[in-house]
Amino acid sequence: MPFIPHTDHDIQQMLAAIGADSIDALFSEIDPSLRDVDISAVPERASEQAVTRLMHDRASQDAPGLCFIGAGAYEHHIPAAVWEITTRGEFYSAYTPYQPEASQGTLQVVYEYQSMMTGLTGMDVANASLYDGASALAEAVLMAVRANRKSKSARILMPASVHPFYREVAYNICKNQQITFETVGYDETTGQVDREALSAWADEDITALVIPQPNFFGAIEDVDALTDWAQNNGALAIGVVNPVSLALLKAPGRWGHGEGADIVVGEGQPLGAPMAGGGPYFGILCCRKKHVRQMPGRVVGKTTDMEGREGYVLTLQPREQHIRRSKATSNICTNQGLLVTAATIHMSLLGNTGLHDVAVTCAATTRDLVARLTAIAGVEKVFDSAYFHECALRLPVAAEGVLARLAERDIFGGLDLSRFYAGYENVILVCATETKTEADLAAFADALADVLAHETEAA
Amino acid sequence: MTTMTEQLIFEHSRPGRQARAQAPASAPAIDDLPATAMRDTALGLPEVSELDVVRHYTRLSQQNFAIDTHFYPLGSCTMKYNPRACNTLASLPGFLGRHPLAPASHGQGMMACFYELQEMLKSVTGMAGVSLTPMAGAQGEFTGVAMIKAYHEARGDHERDEILVPEAAHGTNPATAVMCGCKVVEIPADADGDVDVAALREKVGPKTAGIMLTNPSTLGVFEQDILEISKMIHEAGGLLYYDGANLNAILGKVRPGDMGFDVIHMNLHKTFSTPHGGGGPGSGAVGVGKRLLDFMPIPVVGREDEGESTTYRWLDERDVPHTIGRLSAFMGNAGVLLRAYVYARLLGREGMTRVAEFATLNSNYLMTRLKAAGFDVAYPERKASHEFIVTLKRQKQELSVGAGDFAKRLLDYGYHAPTVYFPLLVPECLLIEPTETESRETIDGFVEAMIAIRDEARVDAATLTEAPFNLPVRRLDEVAAAKNLDLKFEAETGDARSVA
Repeated sequence: MPFIPHTDHDIQQMLAAIGADSIDALFSEIDPSLRDVDISAVPERASEQAVTRLMHDRASQDAPGLCFIGAGAYEHHIPAAVWEITTRGEFYSAYTPYQPEASQGTLQVVYEYQSMMTGLTGMDVANASLYDGASALAEAVLMAVRANRKSKSARILMPASVHPFYREVAYNICKNQQITFETVGYDETTGQVDREALSAWADEDITALVIPQPNFFGAIEDVDALTDWAQNNGALAIGVVNPVSLALLKAPGRWGHGEGADIVVGEGQPLGAPMAGGGPYFGILCCRKKHVRQMPGRVVGKTTDMEGREGYVLTLQPREQHIRRSKATSNICTNQGLLVTAATIHMSLLGNTGLHDVAVTCAATTRDLVARLTAIAGVEKVFDSAYFHECALRLPVAAEGVLARLAERDIFGGLDLSRFYAGYENVILVCATETKTEADLAAFADALADVLAHETEAA
Repeated sequence: MTTMTEQLIFEHSRPGRQARAQAPASAPAIDDLPATAMRDTALGLPEVSELDVVRHYTRLSQQNFAIDTHFYPLGSCTMKYNPRACNTLASLPGFLGRHPLAPASHGQGMMACFYELQEMLKSVTGMAGVSLTPMAGAQGEFTGVAMIKAYHEARGDHERDEILVPEAAHGTNPATAVMCGCKVVEIPADADGDVDVAALREKVGPKTAGIMLTNPSTLGVFEQDILEISKMIHEAGGLLYYDGANLNAILGKVRPGDMGFDVIHMNLHKTFSTPHGGGGPGSGAVGVGKRLLDFMPIPVVGREDEGESTTYRWLDERDVPHTIGRLSAFMGNAGVLLRAYVYARLLGREGMTRVAEFATLNSNYLMTRLKAAGFDVAYPERKASHEFIVTLKRQKQELSVGAGDFAKRLLDYGYHAPTVYFPLLVPECLLIEPTETESRETIDGFVEAMIAIRDEARVDAATLTEAPFNLPVRRLDEVAAAKNLDLKFEAETGDARSVA
């Protein structure tokens, strides 16, 4: 029996001890009409060998192409040691550290993670993770409504240059909380938040302004001005960041001329999680110390044992659902602990120089790619602002067909932005991380030139 | 398990040391970013070698209890063996390298697994549809209650904002109801541990949006009146939500759909043996009855057959017209879903039924042996489900040692503690769930440890109240941790500093 150790002898002895005739008799309190169900749609069991064969076949159907899509999930090199250590059974098969003395390994890892993440963001406090970047933004919005006691409106300004899926998720999770989301458009020349559209809200009661850096188009926002605007108008500044970009860009804790962003969230995936079809990733959430008691999720603190030795425990638990129940800051319980373990090992291996080198190499590789692609007739940048490692490009023909032709050659040539923005039928969002070689870039450029030549000919 | 403590990784750091093999070979200069946008402070990461990192985190791992090293009878958490094949096969390069927005034409393998997992979960729960996107049990709960709310609103039934929750429910239930904009109405349990049906009847009415139930309940017994409860709620116009925390107890034996539940979530990290990872990632896949099919969260995987060929595609708003929408940036915890799929295929239909059977056998055997050894169980007249509750109220009175003290001393004996002080309504309780993957010898060993610990308490209570003795740290001061918050290492001074 797969994964069940009982011998026939064990079963007989155990039933005799219980005083039951059969295993079935143990279910006698259940109404007979509910028992003996038909689950024949579940296939018969397969051996490990057979399932291995099946999964190899399936995985080979998903053999990755040359990927130039970013848009919230990024292909980075992950050092071999990261998942070798992370999948050790002692990390992989442990539970949430509710018995701290038997969980010091996990707890210390989370404390180290919190230390690294506050270093990267320049914020005071980090929690032990949320599910992903999108749900972290939703939690940040809920947190801002609790934390900004001066604001009565529960009104959130959400730039259209925030990842469209993040905006959807934030809305879906917050929609029963009487929170109003107001969209702030972007400047069609720069791709940045439209400052005129923003200033229209200057005299209103605003709870928080969401500030993406870099934004969904890859563009660098004027985060100082946006943070100042928010805080001068009584709103909290919620940063949405890519953690790798922070090795190059200003830490959110230093945005603006005050004390920096109030809450910072982001997708942790670029720190050691494979793209893996969309997850598991992890959500980053950091904040200033004055908001710590409004923070959702677990957090680890350092303390001492009865002999004075240092150790780690889950702390500030009265914010959480298992204590506060209906008055908790969030319903979150399980988070993404194993991904945090991987990220902590990943950041340790890269160190300050390594993470910086990854960030600048991504930026430089994308610049190289953009130069090669815009050298093709009819391909041009949509925005003129500075960017990190993603860039929106306008093609001479509709993006959908071009991307489909490229995919036939196993090249994923970016994301079709018409799916999210009206009037962008010809626009793709491309990304080139440090994993792309000059040969990769040349292959993409050659293929695009070829596809465009055919498409324009056909048109 | 080691008893050695380990410095922080930052304390291993030496300026200029680096694991150079890990970073790109060269770092070109970038000069086109605005100066005001650039970083002007240190990153604060440790500077260490690859061996430093490997040794440090290997040593930290050795300070954990885990299923792979210890019996872990943590009630309500289903700490069963996580088959290694699930990890190996979910980690094949074709799966790991897939970008979530890459075309579906290049993701048919993964999508086939998701589709088949949806179908298996439908069958084993008796539901009409399954969405795999929720990323943990609590998000599955949110999904369920959000669908219930959306269902009533779509019918113009705007007054229904009360969610009934048993008082012994997990804290996530009431917290979720509030996140969905509902009011929580608590329902007491009767003397046998079942929902008090008379009390429930008084609280059901035109404002009832639904009820959230775990069955078997958190008290470790199967809800005997479930069919009556289901009828009562439906007649009042409400819907029934099944919290799948305890699905391991009935897998393949009884189906929530047959009990009348309209929506359920499954903790795949419990019942389908995906790892707990020291606190996630989980997966809270939801199943729905016919009434809620049009409300499921997206994306869902659909299948289209044309002649000989089958293609899988993502279903979106056009296919699920009243969807409560997207709850994660992409496809939930996709890698966890692949692990659950492999597990389900390895078990097959006979294996699924055996899960409930042997989880229940082990639980009843352990309960019988502890009773015979003189321990009190909370509901002695009832059969155990996959878990049961021991109450140490008598030991607390007679020996001045409580559930928390037994728990800490069990750690010294090499057993992870059961869940303590939950559910709150049973005093000095241990909620014990052995799971089906443990052998009779392991369970017998646990019983011997419980007896030995009680003997120790009779000689000297301090053996328990000061435990543990044999772990890297002794009992930790949680009050001080909350009072003098130290949540990060601060590099400037070389030691940790209070932040609040």
